[in-house]
Amino acid sequence: MADLSINLAGIKSPNPFWVASAPPSNTAYQCHRAFEAGWGGVVWKTIGEPIVNVSSRYSSIDINGSRMIGLNNIELITDRSPETNFREIKECKERWPDRAIIASLMTDSRESWHDYMKQSADAGADGVELNFGCPHGMCERGMGSAVGQNPDVIETIVGWVMEAAEIPVIVKLTPNITDITYPARAARRAGANAISLINTVKSVTQVDLERMCPEPYVAGKSTPGGYCGPAVKPIALSMVQECASHPEVGLPISGIGGIANWKDAAEFIALGSTSVQVCTAIMHYGFRIVEDMIEGLNDYLDRAGFASVNDLRGKAVDTVQRWESLDLNYKRIASIDYDKCIGCNLCYIACEDGAHQAIALVDPDQKGVGLGPGRLPGRPVPEIKEKECVGCNLCSLVCPVHECITMIDVDNGKEKMSWSDYQEKVAKGEMEPIPAHP
Amino acid sequence: MPRELMLDEKTAARNMAEIEPKYSSQEAVVEANRCLYCFDAPCIMACPTGIDIPGFIKKISSGNLAGSARTILKSNILGASCARVCPTSVLCEGACVMLDRDELPIKIGRLQRYATDYVFENDVKIFDPPKKKSGKRVALIGGGPASLGCAAELAQLGHDTVIFEKKEHAGGLNTYGIAYYKLTTETSLKEVELVKSLGIEIRTGVEVGKDIQAKELEQEFDAIFIGVGLGHTYKLDIPGEDLPEVVEALEFIEELHVNPLHEVPVGRRVAVIGCGNTAIDAVTQAKRLGAEHAVIIYRRGEKDMPAYAYEYDIAKKDGAEFVFHAVPVEVLGKDGHVVGLKLARTEMGEDGRLNVIPGSEFELPFDMVIKALGQEKMTDMLKGMFPDLELARNGVIQREPATGQTNIPHIFAGGDGANGGSEVVNAVGEGKKAARAIHRMFTGETVEGPVQWTRIGVVNAKPVGSGLDNPIRVPELETTYSAGGK
Ligand SMILES: Cc1cc2nc3c(=O)[nH]c(=O)nc-3n(C[C@H](O)[C@H](O)[C@H](O)COP(=O)(O)OP(=O)(O)OC[C@H]3O[C@@H](n4cnc5c(N)ncnc54)[C@H](O)[C@@H]3O)c2cc1C
Ligand SMILES: Cc1cc2nc3c(=O)[nH]c(=O)nc-3n(C[C@H](O)[C@H](O)[C@H](O)COP(=O)(O)O)c2cc1C
Ligand code: SF4
Ligand code: SF4
Ligand code: SF4
Repeated sequence: MADLSINLAGIKSPNPFWVASAPPSNTAYQCHRAFEAGWGGVVWKTIGEPIVNVSSRYSSIDINGSRMIGLNNIELITDRSPETNFREIKECKERWPDRAIIASLMTDSRESWHDYMKQSADAGADGVELNFGCPHGMCERGMGSAVGQNPDVIETIVGWVMEAAEIPVIVKLTPNITDITYPARAARRAGANAISLINTVKSVTQVDLERMCPEPYVAGKSTPGGYCGPAVKPIALSMVQECASHPEVGLPISGIGGIANWKDAAEFIALGSTSVQVCTAIMHYGFRIVEDMIEGLNDYLDRAGFASVNDLRGKAVDTVQRWESLDLNYKRIASIDYDKCIGCNLCYIACEDGAHQAIALVDPDQKGVGLGPGRLPGRPVPEIKEKECVGCNLCSLVCPVHECITMIDVDNGKEKMSWSDYQEKVAKGEMEPIPAHP
Repeated sequence: MPRELMLDEKTAARNMAEIEPKYSSQEAVVEANRCLYCFDAPCIMACPTGIDIPGFIKKISSGNLAGSARTILKSNILGASCARVCPTSVLCEGACVMLDRDELPIKIGRLQRYATDYVFENDVKIFDPPKKKSGKRVALIGGGPASLGCAAELAQLGHDTVIFEKKEHAGGLNTYGIAYYKLTTETSLKEVELVKSLGIEIRTGVEVGKDIQAKELEQEFDAIFIGVGLGHTYKLDIPGEDLPEVVEALEFIEELHVNPLHEVPVGRRVAVIGCGNTAIDAVTQAKRLGAEHAVIIYRRGEKDMPAYAYEYDIAKKDGAEFVFHAVPVEVLGKDGHVVGLKLARTEMGEDGRLNVIPGSEFELPFDMVIKALGQEKMTDMLKGMFPDLELARNGVIQREPATGQTNIPHIFAGGDGANGGSEVVNAVGEGKKAARAIHRMFTGETVEGPVQWTRIGVVNAKPVGSGLDNPIRVPELETTYSAGGK
């Protein structure tokens, strides 16, 4: 049994799985249910001056019948009073002393930040998270992403917060910015203890072509919302890695964005996250999904020989480098396992129309390929033109059969040579420039 | 005992409801999303009308139902009935790559039905009138699938067409001969209306050779297409065959198409002689009409039966019974009614011939006997119409398979009357091929397509018959794949 417990800037929890600040962390009732299911921490739904929400708040993207690949919302922060929220935090903390409860906060003036910091500490919260991320509604009032998009403002506000900080402070970043390390560095400069990312991505999911209005539809109008769920995971992972790699950030990270199972979580941890937060997957399936997360991560750590989840943290960070350091002489090509191939020829058309014309359709008899039950006699089968294949991976991504097309390393006897090495060699006259592709 | 009415109206409607009900929109989209959108898809090649199957399925998943139906109907004007009656497990679905992934094939037939139903239910206009009219006129003899397929293609190519059909309605066996629970009369008639909407004239109640002479057609029209199908069921040639409860399978099936469902009488103990797909339809219909026992009598064994495996399954599920290795030698009667069959056992001789075992006779009680031994060729009728028309030795019309052209250059043929009896989809495909050949004869123009995007770029491969030119009959699969579905 690997040790799953973590300590993020002084916030301890028995496992790295936290409920993100969102509808699932709205109330004490939900918090109890989350902890009963096994979640290690809860980031309370952002507390601030109570707001009024609109009716019709979410929209989503389905792909080929899979529901909610991406979720969009135009909801604001909590609609309950700070008193209620802090009282419930206190109740929950008393009942679940071993779990982490983090108060998410959003307000405007220095005084009110100080006030909320004090109330959070008094309620027994293990830490706070500053919501500088919300890309709709709150930003129009000078809060949320209006703060998160401006590193100077972040620095000022985090400065105010730190003046009154008795418990660890996490700054939650918005992805709606060109370079995520700017706000991350600003948080660091102002003395924040950790960062969490990402909040939601500004988005319009779809336009209802009959009403000529996007979703979510609110009495003839709509507004861009925040996007989350599986669709944003790649964006989140990249931003987490950028912060983990940047020497001037150097803060513990709580990774968020599209996490739905232990594998997603392990990937965030391998790229530098200490804890991970989940919203959409809970909104889709409920708190029970944490069971697979805990069990799967545990088994993976055991299998991979990590004694603790902390040993996994950041393990893949160093493999992510600038493009110019990649080996230009590394070569791989596609290889088809004809025993698995079902003859859909999607690899052929993908490479032909969408890549490098490196797959031919050939006579199956010549290839000596056996026919499966659905295969028509004489119907052509794909064949990799090994000389033409640039090893782009596309066909293996398109192939609908597991491990039917694999990418295999080719030993071309060449030494490693990065773009930087190459530039240098050509400059020194040690080699001719590589001829352009015909 | 004469045949009796067994069912009330409600039970009859329930028993005769379509075997495979229509998909809901959700079911259709889920199934459509399973399709991989194969390139150079094998399912297309196995369709005798070459429907762009991945193309129409993709359009279902995007909600473009009119476009989906257009893709289907452009290749096969009877796409709605084919969706219901095609033996898909040996055609498109039998070629689906999913089988290779150990999954059920995509339910192409049911998706095709879903898309074409949309057109019927919403009165969607699918076809534009042809750009120019050629002024050429073609007469089509018989109003079955072959002629409908031929006329639809000709009309779209700008030629005037007139179909002559002896029955009250066009549609051929689609209207009168296909098991009701596979294809309702209404669907067939709606399809006929769709064909008519292309500007095709259909003169029903006109028998060529009787009400109008073939000679007259030759004078009035620039070309003739013969789509007369096949004739009566072969006779048993045994004593007692004339008793009133001895009927032809086709007549029995037709009764259900022309009468209210609960007004078709059936026997309590029904024997069906033969074991092809028609026999299966007849025995199933008898069971569904309330027969206590409906028994197939077949001279060979279970393994030799010509019916498709999935048809056999339907009959078994409906509780049909089977007597193998037996032939009828006499229909037994009493007081002018059928009371049973005298049967004899058969065995396979050394020489591979089937012999009746002497002295093996036995009797079984029946009160209705249905003959399903296959249909006769229309040799005499054809000879009477066109004395110079060449017929093959087995009595079907001799024609060039790729064009349907007979020895008389302006006369073409297709469908059961030319292929000896196949499926609806083959009849439509042959009609369509003939239409293109007629068009070439009129204009010198060669028509192909619809363009199958899926074949473009297949350069260095051995050519495989794509749809129309050379449809592929896929061998029936072992039952492992038929579990859970057709
Ligand atoms: C019982 C039964 C069940 C079948 N089940 C299926 C099935 O499930 N799936 C499938 O794909 N196929 C099935 N078939 C086969 C299918 O019905 C035929 O292959 C198809 O109908 C052939 O079309 P056709 O146009 O050649 O002939 P037909 O459908 O026979 O049409 C010929 C038409 O010509 C008319 N005609 C004939 N002579 C004249 C004349 N002198 N003047 C005017 N009109 C004339 C006839 O009245 C008829 O309407 C079945 C056949 C039978 C008998
Ligand atoms: C309906 C909804 C409301 C949210 N409200 C908040 C909020 O009040 N405060 C906050 O910091 N993040 C909020 N978020 C963002 C989530 O905490 C999280 O950062 C984001 O959804 C990405 O994670 P996911 O892909 O697991 O959903 C909200 C998200 C959703 C879907
Ligand atoms: S890896 Fe890329 S180039 Fe090579 S065959 Fe596949 S798609 Fe073509
Ligand atoms: S994509 Fe895969 S299964 Fe399809 S033809 Fe190519 S190798 Fe075969
Ligand atoms: S073979 Fe099957 S999966 Fe491929 S296009 Fe045809 S129906 Fe779709």
